[in-house]
Amino acid sequence: MQQAPMTEGQVLKIMEKYNNDPQQLIAVLLDIQEASGSNYVDEKWAALAARVLDVPLSKIYDILTFYAMFSTKPRGEYVIEICRSTPCHFTEAEEVVSWFEKVLGIKMGETTLDKKFTLSRTCCVGACDVGPVAKIGDEVYGDLTLEKVNTLVRSYREGLPSFREALACQN
Amino acid sequence: MSHIPDPNKSVNLTIDGIPVTVPEGTSILEAARKVNVKIPVLCHHPDLQVRAVCRLCVVECDGGKKLKAACANDVWEGVNVVTDNARLRGIRRMILEMILAEHPQDCLACIRNQTCELQELAHQFGIYRPGFPVEARHFDIVVDTDTLVRDMSKCVKCGRCVTMCQEVQTVRAINTSSRSVDYEITTPYDKPLIEGLCVYCGQCSSVCPVGAIYENDQTDKVFEALGDKERHVVVQTAPAVRVAIGEEFGMPHGSVTTGKMVTALKRLGFDKVFDTDFSADVTIMEEGHEFLDRLNNKGRLPMITSCSPGWINFVEVFYPDLLPHLSTCKSPQQMFGALAKSYYPSAYGVDPAKVTVVSIMPCTAKKFESERPEMNSSGYRDVDVVLTTRELARMIKIAGIDFPNLPESEYDNIMGQSTGAAAIFGTSGGVMEAALRTVYEVVTGEELDSVDFEDVRGHQGIKKSSVMVGGTEVKIMVANGLKNARRVMNSIRRGECDAHFIEIMSCPGGCVGGGGQPYATSETKRKRMEALYRVDRDMPIRKSHKNPEVQALYEKYLGEPLGEKSHKLLHTHYSTQGKHHWYVPHVTTSKRR
Repeated sequence: MQQAPMTEGQVLKIMEKYNNDPQQLIAVLLDIQEASGSNYVDEKWAALAARVLDVPLSKIYDILTFYAMFSTKPRGEYVIEICRSTPCHFTEAEEVVSWFEKVLGIKMGETTLDKKFTLSRTCCVGACDVGPVAKIGDEVYGDLTLEKVNTLVRSYREGLPSFREALACQN
Repeated sequence: MSHIPDPNKSVNLTIDGIPVTVPEGTSILEAARKVNVKIPVLCHHPDLQVRAVCRLCVVECDGGKKLKAACANDVWEGVNVVTDNARLRGIRRMILEMILAEHPQDCLACIRNQTCELQELAHQFGIYRPGFPVEARHFDIVVDTDTLVRDMSKCVKCGRCVTMCQEVQTVRAINTSSRSVDYEITTPYDKPLIEGLCVYCGQCSSVCPVGAIYENDQTDKVFEALGDKERHVVVQTAPAVRVAIGEEFGMPHGSVTTGKMVTALKRLGFDKVFDTDFSADVTIMEEGHEFLDRLNNKGRLPMITSCSPGWINFVEVFYPDLLPHLSTCKSPQQMFGALAKSYYPSAYGVDPAKVTVVSIMPCTAKKFESERPEMNSSGYRDVDVVLTTRELARMIKIAGIDFPNLPESEYDNIMGQSTGAAAIFGTSGGVMEAALRTVYEVVTGEELDSVDFEDVRGHQGIKKSSVMVGGTEVKIMVANGLKNARRVMNSIRRGECDAHFIEIMSCPGGCVGGGGQPYATSETKRKRMEALYRVDRDMPIRKSHKNPEVQALYEKYLGEPLGEKSHKLLHTHYSTQGKHHWYVPHVTTSKRR
């Protein structure tokens, strides 16, 4: 289901929620990204935030490109982030990448044609004990196997949350 | 550490065994220079905040294994600093080899060949072949509205341009972005400069150590016009060029080379060599009368000068609500262009359609200004090609002219005579001083006892003073550098500014520090500034309204200041929409080989 494009009013409301406080810039940008429907911060909304919060657009762009959780280009509804930190590297995170690539039919960094999934990498999410891990939205999934990857993708694609609840890390 | 350094306290230390005493708060780098030890640097620039990213300047302190960046660490009592040993040489060489591995190896085809700081360091360290396989990232070369060129393949990510744009000029058009191997310097969302906040001051290009940001070289266009027998090519030279161009030929900084420059231009084949100083005097006539008109008829005050095109762009982008404060006068460059295609052809019987006007400017924003669509009041483009000081030096070198040994010559008649007032247009405070000399005498009808207004001289960011003009106290302000301009504009916006007349220049120090000048630090800019005041002091005429050619212009052609003809040719209007709404952007990119 395609979300309606975000309006200026929505973006202004997000900033109002944070009292238009420039100190809350990262929180504001995260909310804008989430509300965008395409998991990214469009130039138009970054420019609006720059104006309202009185922060230079060039500083906002620096932040958006610095942190791995942000994107300046449209992404899928769900961003699957595979940890590339050392512990996950030793537990064969690269193999997890290849499983997701196979199941989704895309390469690392790409977005599926139905705009559901984007495959990307992330830094440590603090779940090294269950590595290799993948993060989808706010959920972290550990001890991944090809079978689990299959289940996860199906669960998100078909909107069956009960499938994935059992797999999510509880910490 | 909350210790605030006290510059009155002395610190004793040794640099490579040489004892030295310096004030507290001195960096290791500066202390070393005191004893003639030149620690190599790449990201460090004496006029900019320390970034300490290149790490070339690392040194050993008290035999410690941990290295310290000499640019970013202050000295402390008793420390023994080692700046050169096998280990440090190895580290520096490795850093340079790694930078070079990411750098295109086409020095011969680079605009900064022989003025490149990276090239000089590689030479200094005896690096004659790549230490690592070369893996330069290839970016398109972007020519932005014929003004500035960005070739980010050459970028060494020192961040000087970013500090300049963010902190010194507060334009904030460019910044760092991304991380690690993707780390780069760019505009928001990688848009061309024209679509962002850039005001084309070119200060980024004046601190770039390599060929990553530079002026769009238009010398070919000028050589072409000079070779065309059909064209009548006239040239104008801005005040700040004559005290800087000598540096390009190894002459001492602060040399006044007006006569040599005129000879060089004549030898290059210009039909007439005229002076922007002439039109600077015209600017004073118009701007001085405009100020008096506003003062007497309750016009918008404070009135702010409009000579600096980077500054004009800045107001249009950031303070459109305050545009009515700007003088409606065109800049001296554009006034000259309009007159060179109207007054000059009528006096000399030349077809204005065949006149090509070339400007030599210390400035990159002047290129942008000359392209503004409304700058055509003579019926032709006011100015056809703008070259920076650096570009003119290039032409002189190409033509094989031995600049330092040239004899001196005089400017040509009817637009070549000038005054001391016009010369100091090239330094912060100069326009204000020149205006005061004329305004005072126009209002009072009396001769000034002393024409020197010392309060507005020097290179402090903001200068204030007041002058009694015929019973009225006129409060004046002078600002240079856009960070200081921003402070002044904010105070006007808040209604807290009580000045009547304000001079603002985009570049730190005024035009002597322009973005198109030879590469230099504030020390050199100070010498250029002093040189302009020497030019002023030595001029037989030091007030604009006493310039005989300017008097002739008004008698024979314009009538009176602010008259109908003046309004058509010499005044303009500004856009509240900012540059990107009315300007047709033209950006060309070319692939590297």
